[in-house]
Amino acid sequence: MPETLIFWGLSGLAILASALVIGQRNPMYSVLMLIASFGALAGLYIQLDAPFVAVAQIIIYAGAIMVLFLFVVMLLNAPQEDAAEWDRTHPLRQTGITRFGALLALLLVVQLTWALLQVNNVDVPVGAQGDPEALRSVRTLGRILFTDYVFAFEATSILILVAMVGAVVLARREGEG
Amino acid sequence: MDLRFIVQLAIIGFTFFMLINASALLVLAERKIMGFMQQRYGPYLVGPHGLLQPLADILKLLMKEELRPKGADRWLFTLAPILSVTAAFAAFAAVPWGAETTFFGLLDEPVSLGVADINVGVLVIFAITSMGVYGIVLAGWSSNSKYSLMGGLRASAQMISYELSYATTLAAVILLAGSLSLREVVDSQAGTWFGFIPHWFVFLQPVGFIIYMIAGVAETNRAPFDFPEAEQELVAGYNTEYSSVRFALFPQAEYINMTTMSAVATDLYLGGWHGPFLPPEYGWIWFLIKVGAILFTYIWVRWTLPRYRYDQLMQFGWKWLFPASVINLVVTAALVLFFHA
Repeated sequence: MPETLIFWGLSGLAILASALVIGQRNPMYSVLMLIASFGALAGLYIQLDAPFVAVAQIIIYAGAIMVLFLFVVMLLNAPQEDAAEWDRTHPLRQTGITRFGALLALLLVVQLTWALLQVNNVDVPVGAQGDPEALRSVRTLGRILFTDYVFAFEATSILILVAMVGAVVLARREGEG
Repeated sequence: MDLRFIVQLAIIGFTFFMLINASALLVLAERKIMGFMQQRYGPYLVGPHGLLQPLADILKLLMKEELRPKGADRWLFTLAPILSVTAAFAAFAAVPWGAETTFFGLLDEPVSLGVADINVGVLVIFAITSMGVYGIVLAGWSSNSKYSLMGGLRASAQMISYELSYATTLAAVILLAGSLSLREVVDSQAGTWFGFIPHWFVFLQPVGFIIYMIAGVAETNRAPFDFPEAEQELVAGYNTEYSSVRFALFPQAEYINMTTMSAVATDLYLGGWHGPFLPPEYGWIWFLIKVGAILFTYIWVRWTLPRYRYDQLMQFGWKWLFPASVINLVVTAALVLFFHA
């Protein structure tokens, strides 16, 4: 019973915080709400008996990536969005890039709904292998990651490397180095 | 309520009490040691040899008026010091500070001295200390003052840069011990080589220990790396606009972080509560001595070395310390593989 209560509490917090990320005028508060959401997710991982994943979530997302977000928000000193300056036309009716973005967002909604509807038909990879210890032990997790899922792992690291190289290329000004 | 539960609560309460005391006494120790290094007495008037000075300081800070700048962000200005000090206290929860004990037969089964035994303890401490940076960054931003903002920006940049080297050196120790649990790391350091050299990881990881100490100074924002509050440049950095209790929480968090850093260094490199002469039940005395020695070194360094320049800090962190820690990790991994196979 307490587990169920904690589950609902944490998932409620995660959803509420995620909603507040976009429902916020001040970018600083958005960043903080995202951190709160990550924290709630970490709590859910602990409930799933996966302390390593929970701690990794905190270290990588809440501890490193969000500090960079905060850094950028502070450095740019992004102003509060002013409600009076809002364009009240619907994004899908606007022109150019906004419309494209709205279409992508719509696509994401469709995709997410489809994914949520499919959730019962999918084998959960680790759980399905019938070893509850697998997630708890860092050793097993590491072994699975570098044997069974090595392709996904390496593909992800190449993706991140590409993003990093791209950032360096973009950040380097003309005529330098 | 059974006895074991009460004992465990008592251990948690004791740890909390000791941490509060540590932060107060460290302020005094810092001023006393600084005084002796500068050939003067330091605080001397309140209590014998100035021993009650921290109490007087705390009373003074409690009595002060709380100020909040007009343009400051209301919520975050209050949240920031709370976040700082909470993260500082919470990080110590995963630090074991003594061997398992039955309290001289009081309990049937031994309990471990420390708040919580977590099987990924090293990572938990790392995760929580990395949360501490938000306190400083938010304090800097919410004050709505240029000095505070500069302090907050510097703090976040510095802490991200040094966290990398810090985590990489931790990984080398984890490889040696083969466990992420701090208690197991400590227990793998029991015993001696040739009967007299203690089996401490500092002898296997001398480079790692030095990198850990340097990164630790940078992570706790102390001189020679105290850029977030460099008083000659930024008045007082991120806590310029703070007063009274809200102000007091920042140095408290800093001193508790210092204690945690030293306690983790003791557990990882100096064999924790293992040491000669004392029976295992009294191992915590060794722990206290070792933590005290590291804390003294921190204070010693602060009053010996002048502050670097900010670009030197970044150069040193990225071009020297980080490569050194990566090489340390690779060499350690290779040697562990070689000797285990």
